[in-house]
Amino acid sequence: MTGTLAAIGAGLAVIGAGLGIGRIGGSAMDAIARQPEAGGKIQTAMIIAAALIEGAALFAIVVAMMGNN
Amino acid sequence: MRVRYLAVACALIFGYSLLIPGTQLYGQDNHQQESSQEHPEELSESHEAAHSEAALEEEFNATEYILEHISDSHDWHILTKKDGSHVAVPLPVILFSKHSGLHAFSSKKLAHGHTHLGFALGQGTIQVENKDGELVDKSLKGKIIEVDEHGELVEAGLPLDFSITKNVFMMMLSVIILLLVFLSLARSYKKMGISEPKGLAGFIEPVIVFIEEDVAIPNIGEDKYARFMPYLLTVFFFILLNNLMGLIPFFPFGANVTGNIAVTMVLAVITFLITQFSSNKGHWQHVFNTPGVPVWLAPIMIPVELIGLITKPFALMIRLFANITAGHIIVLSLISMIFIFKSFFVAVPSLFMVLFMDFIELLVAFLQAYIFTLLSALFIGMAMPEHHHD
Repeated sequence: MTGTLAAIGAGLAVIGAGLGIGRIGGSAMDAIARQPEAGGKIQTAMIIAAALIEGAALFAIVVAMMGNN
Repeated sequence: MRVRYLAVACALIFGYSLLIPGTQLYGQDNHQQESSQEHPEELSESHEAAHSEAALEEEFNATEYILEHISDSHDWHILTKKDGSHVAVPLPVILFSKHSGLHAFSSKKLAHGHTHLGFALGQGTIQVENKDGELVDKSLKGKIIEVDEHGELVEAGLPLDFSITKNVFMMMLSVIILLLVFLSLARSYKKMGISEPKGLAGFIEPVIVFIEEDVAIPNIGEDKYARFMPYLLTVFFFILLNNLMGLIPFFPFGANVTGNIAVTMVLAVITFLITQFSSNKGHWQHVFNTPGVPVWLAPIMIPVELIGLITKPFALMIRLFANITAGHIIVLSLISMIFIFKSFFVAVPSLFMVLFMDFIELLVAFLQAYIFTLLSALFIGMAMPEHHHD
């Protein structure tokens, strides 16, 4: 039974990260559409922010995995 | 061009199908059907026999199959024949035991549960005492154990294992490839000087310029970046090559190197050490006396900042590990679906999904190498802030 709970925890973490990265991606699209010449800089900043959010999600997944056994 | 892509795709699919240890199931089934048609009077009996045999026959266990493929091992399993025997490439086993000293032999001698010189591949679990003196189960799977003549574990504990395992072998291969490519490039640049790049240089040079201009300079700074370029380029090409080689399912490739937490940990630790040793006064001032924060907050801020130093490389480690391992698991589970359902209508869509995932994994291979390099550069740059006149 603990396995399923851990999976639910990982799933919840992924929902949060998905929403966060989705917002970053959407906002970056808006920004690039407004200022196409700044596309490169926006892209780099987007990837850094997405990577940081992903980091938080990965911590949650690791905790879920550790709770698994 | 399109024909070539198709050929690559076919080769990928063929390679994966070779790795499946499930083919013997089909052979067995056909045989039993034939025999039941030949002897109609024995139908019920042979049916029973088929049932009990099917129960005895190891059912396809997707979890076990996937875990075997993403983990390291002492030999390189290639395929399982219809009669259940394995075709595997043996790799050298190098052990140092406190009990009996240094040993080196082929992993062939440990196959099928054999014991060689008192060494065997571990199975099951043993009870060990942890720090608090409680007995906990420790898995021996994939580890080499040393036993005495009665089959008991020796007192000295597990031997130190320096074996050339699957992952070590593939890392050596990638290092050789990187050395060949970059040393030959360096030689040609020395001879020709900086001119328009040709051949291999035409492929590698834009990548190097990209790392320099889009990763190192903006994050570390124009005047200081040159010192860190060797590390950034090394880590980028090492991760990239290992990610890509992990996607190739044939023999000398396909090990899950960048999806091994020990490998990513070493990479992250190197980034951490470079970050800390190249840091300047401003970095430590940020940690111990963050500007603009009242002094009475220090008991909270200093631990938080110190933990922050560790969590950055920790996230670096987990990110690469999780992304690559997850990719391998998805591809392998899609293939496992064929052998769970054993149906043509599952097999065809599954192959196309595998193909699709493999293309996504190509993107991920580049992206993760880029992100690791970018964040390494970012952390290094953050650890030596410019002295602003404030």
